[in-house]
Formats: sequence, structure tokens, C-alpha cells
Amino acid sequence: MEGDVVQMGAYIGAGLACTGMGGAAVGVGHVVGNFLSGALRNPSAAGGQTATMFIGIAFSEALGIFSFLVALLLMFAV
Amino acid sequence: MADAKEGGGLVFKPMDQFIVKPLFGDGPVGMFTITNVTFWMALSVLCIVALLVLGTRGRAQVPTRIQSIAELAYGFVYKMVEDVTGQDGVKYFPYIMTLFMFIVFSNFLGLLPLSFTTTSHIAVTAVMAMAVFLSITILGFVKHGFGFLSVFWISSAPLVLRPVLALIEVISYFVRPVSHSIRLAGNMMAGHAVIKVFATFAAVVWIAPVSIFAVTAIYALEVLVSFIQAYVFAILTCVYLRDALHPHH
Repeated sequence: MEGDVVQMGAYIGAGLACTGMGGAAVGVGHVVGNFLSGALRNPSAAGGQTATMFIGIAFSEALGIFSFLVALLLMFAV
Repeated sequence: MADAKEGGGLVFKPMDQFIVKPLFGDGPVGMFTITNVTFWMALSVLCIVALLVLGTRGRAQVPTRIQSIAELAYGFVYKMVEDVTGQDGVKYFPYIMTLFMFIVFSNFLGLLPLSFTTTSHIAVTAVMAMAVFLSITILGFVKHGFGFLSVFWISSAPLVLRPVLALIEVISYFVRPVSHSIRLAGNMMAGHAVIKVFATFAAVVWIAPVSIFAVTAIYALEVLVSFIQAYVFAILTCVYLRDALHPHH
């Protein structure tokens, strides 16, 4: 028996924090999927909207990165 | 960093690559110590100078290879600023070009084996994000005075909702530098740590081929991510700039 309860809690918390990445994955997939379905309907308008798609991806991805950061903090900083 | 077997298990040290250490000797890291971060930052600045200054020095009518890369980068960023910010944002193009080139080169140099990714440190990206945040806030107030506060007051929403939306807008405005910096640093850190973890698996013989294939695939993904994150950083700067120039929704 090494370590203590606090460390165990930190590791379990780090694992749980990673579930947030799943949410980001769903969000990013949703953005790109909807962009693609719109782009295939109207390909001529798609080119001008790729920037908007990337902004949307960035915003939803940021939250997944936050959860990754929480996991890292629990693993290495607590 | 795979130390083969130790007590029956692999030794994972995926975060060791992000340790800041002095370039010469191993004294403590002070305010002006030349560290590996300094070195790789200086190297990326030198690469940018080589590409944009030395590469375009000939000003050839038919561009050489290096000159056409420089022209491509310039045109790409210029078009992005013009599309997102509008004609009056083109004035601030040099700032966004600087940010974009620095981040792109830091990311790509960080992909070299044994190199150091400067943008994987929040200390580095936070400075850039805070600079963007502060300069854009000051710019908004200089351009519009207190009218800039109307960025929080969405006049197209129903009157009842506006105070609630204003609160949300204020919070999201002040979270901007945090998310702006952590997005870049987190992406870089995560990608490099994942490569290291898969590289550690290569020490186990029967899993090594899969692991090497995975490292190759993730490396290819990282090349893409390096570019996209620089693009996202620059384009979000453009979006924030547009908010400062035209605060009325």
C-alpha cells in the first residue's frame, strides 16, 4: 500500500476529467458534419464559410482542452 | 524515454520533454537565463527572417521557390484578415501576420525530433493572448469611447433577455485570453505527450510495429494540428479585432 487517499482521489479525478473530451469530440463532429451536409447541398457557398467552421471547431474544442488541462493538473500539479 | 522494463512495467515519462532547462550548464533558471525555450524561440524568429526577409530580397518577377512560399503565406494571412475583419481591419494586418508566423514556426520546429515546443507552455501562449486581449480592449475604447461597452448589450435580443445576455457576454469576454492561450498550449502539449506515450510502447517487442505505425499516423495528424492551431489563433484574433472595430451587433 503506497501513496494515500488524496493521491488516489487525484488519479481517479484525472480519469473522470477525461470524459469531458468525449463531449468536445461530439461537439467538433457535430460542427464539421453539419458544415459538410450544408456544403454538399450548396458547394458554391462552402468556400467562404470554412473560416466560420474553424472558429466553431475552436470554440467547442477549447472545452475539451480545458478538461485535459484539469486532468494534467490533477496528475502532475496536485 | 523508454527505460525498457523496470519492475515489470514500462516507465512513462511523457511530460519530461516540456522541462525548461538552461542551455549551457545546469544552474537554476533565472529571469535572464538562456534556456532551451529561448533557443527555440530565437530559432523560429531566425527562420521567419530567413523566409520573409532574405527569401524575398530578390523581388524576382518570376518568384523563386522560397519567395513563392513567402508570398503564399502573406497572401493567405492578408485574405484572412480582409475576409474576417473587413477593409478597415487591414491596418492591423502586420500584428496578425507576426503572431501567425511565429506560432506556425514554433509549432513546426517543435515537431522536429529532440526539439522543444515553445508554444506548449502556457507561459508563452498566455503572453501572446494577453497582448491580444489588452491591445484589442484598449483599441475598442480608443475608437468608440464608452460606446465600446455596447459589445455586451445585444440590441437584437428581446429586452427581457438583454441583462442576462450581457452577463454571459461579460464572462465570455474575460474568459477569452484564457481559452485563447490554453487552446494552443493544450493542443501542442497533448499531441506531443501522445506521441511520447506511443513511442514508449515501442519498447515492447510484440506491440512495436503497431506503436511505430501509430506514432507515424499521430505525427501526420500533429503536422495538421500545428497549422490549424496557428490558423485558429490568428483567426480568433481577427474575430476579436472585428468586435473592437464594430462593437454594435
